[in-house]
Amino acid sequence: MFEVSLGHYLTLGAIIFTIGVIGIFLNRKNVIVILMSIELILLAVNINLVSFSIFLQDLSGQIFTLFILTVAAAEAAIGLAIIVVYYRNAGTIRVEEIENLKG
Amino acid sequence: MLAHAIFFYFFSFVAIISAIMVTVSKNTVHSVFFLILDFISISCLFIMIGAEFLGMIMLIVYVGAVAVLFLFVVMMLNVAQQKNQWFKSSDTSTHIPIGLIVSLIIFFELIIVIGGWKYKPDIIENFTDNLISNSTNTHTIGSVLYTEYIHLFQISGMILLVAMIGAIVLTFRKREGVKRQNYFSQISREKNQGVELVEVKSNEGVKIDV
Repeated sequence: MFEVSLGHYLTLGAIIFTIGVIGIFLNRKNVIVILMSIELILLAVNINLVSFSIFLQDLSGQIFTLFILTVAAAEAAIGLAIIVVYYRNAGTIRVEEIENLKG
Repeated sequence: MLAHAIFFYFFSFVAIISAIMVTVSKNTVHSVFFLILDFISISCLFIMIGAEFLGMIMLIVYVGAVAVLFLFVVMMLNVAQQKNQWFKSSDTSTHIPIGLIVSLIIFFELIIVIGGWKYKPDIIENFTDNLISNSTNTHTIGSVLYTEYIHLFQISGMILLVAMIGAIVLTFRKREGVKRQNYFSQISREKNQGVELVEVKSNEGVKIDV
C-alpha cells in the first residue's frame, strides 16, 4: 500500500488515458475539448514512458517522452490553426453542427 | 517512503479529478484551467520520481505554451459561453452508452494487462544502467540525446519548423480593403513617373491637382 511501485504509475496512466478516450467519445461541445482530450491521452503515454524509464533504470523512455512532447506541441498548434480557419469559414465549431461529411 | 506514497496519492488524485473536470466542465475556459492543473500535478509526479528535467520541460512546454495557446484560441473564437449539452442531447443520443461501454472495456483491458504483467526474468541485465551515475538527470539526458539520438532530435526540430509554417499558412488570409505597402512598385518607380516639369506662364500661377 505504502510502497509506490511501477503498477501504481501504470494504473494512473491507464485512468488518465481512459478519461481522455471518454472525453473524445462523449464530447458534444466543441472541437477544442477534443484536442484537450488528445493532450490528456499523450500525457498518459508520457506517464507510462517515464515510469518505465525510472523503474528500469534506462534513459530511452525519457528521451522518447521529449519527442512525444515536441510532437504534441506541433499537433496542438496545427489543430488550433485548423479550428480557427474552420470557425472563420463555418461560424461554429460545435461538434453536432460539423456535419459536412454526414458522419 | 511514507511521504513518497502520500505525495503520489495526492498528486495522482488531483490529476485524475482535474482530468475528469476537463471533459465534463461546462465552460471551455474552465476546461483549459483544469488542463493546466493536470499538467502541473503530473509534472510534480515526474519531479518526484526523479525525472526532473522532463518535469520542468513539461511545465514550460505544456503550461507555458500549449495551454496558453488553447486559452488564446478559446478567447478568439467566443465559444466559452456555448452551453454544455451532455446527456441531454435532444436527438438520437446512442453514442453516449456505446462510448461509455467502449471506454470502460479499454480501461479494464489496460488494468488486466497491468495486473498480469511482469518482467521477463533476464530483462534487467540487458539494460545499460545509464541512470545510475553521479551526474544529474539533465546531464545524462543531454549526453544521450545529443549523441545517440541526434538524428531524431534534428527531425523533431524539422517537425516544429513545419508545424510553425503550417499554422501560419493555414491562418493567413488576404482581406479586402486593406492597404498594404507594395515594395516592388515603390522601388521600381522612376524619375519621369514621379516628377513633372511644368512650363508656367507668367501671371497665371499653376494649378496643382493631386
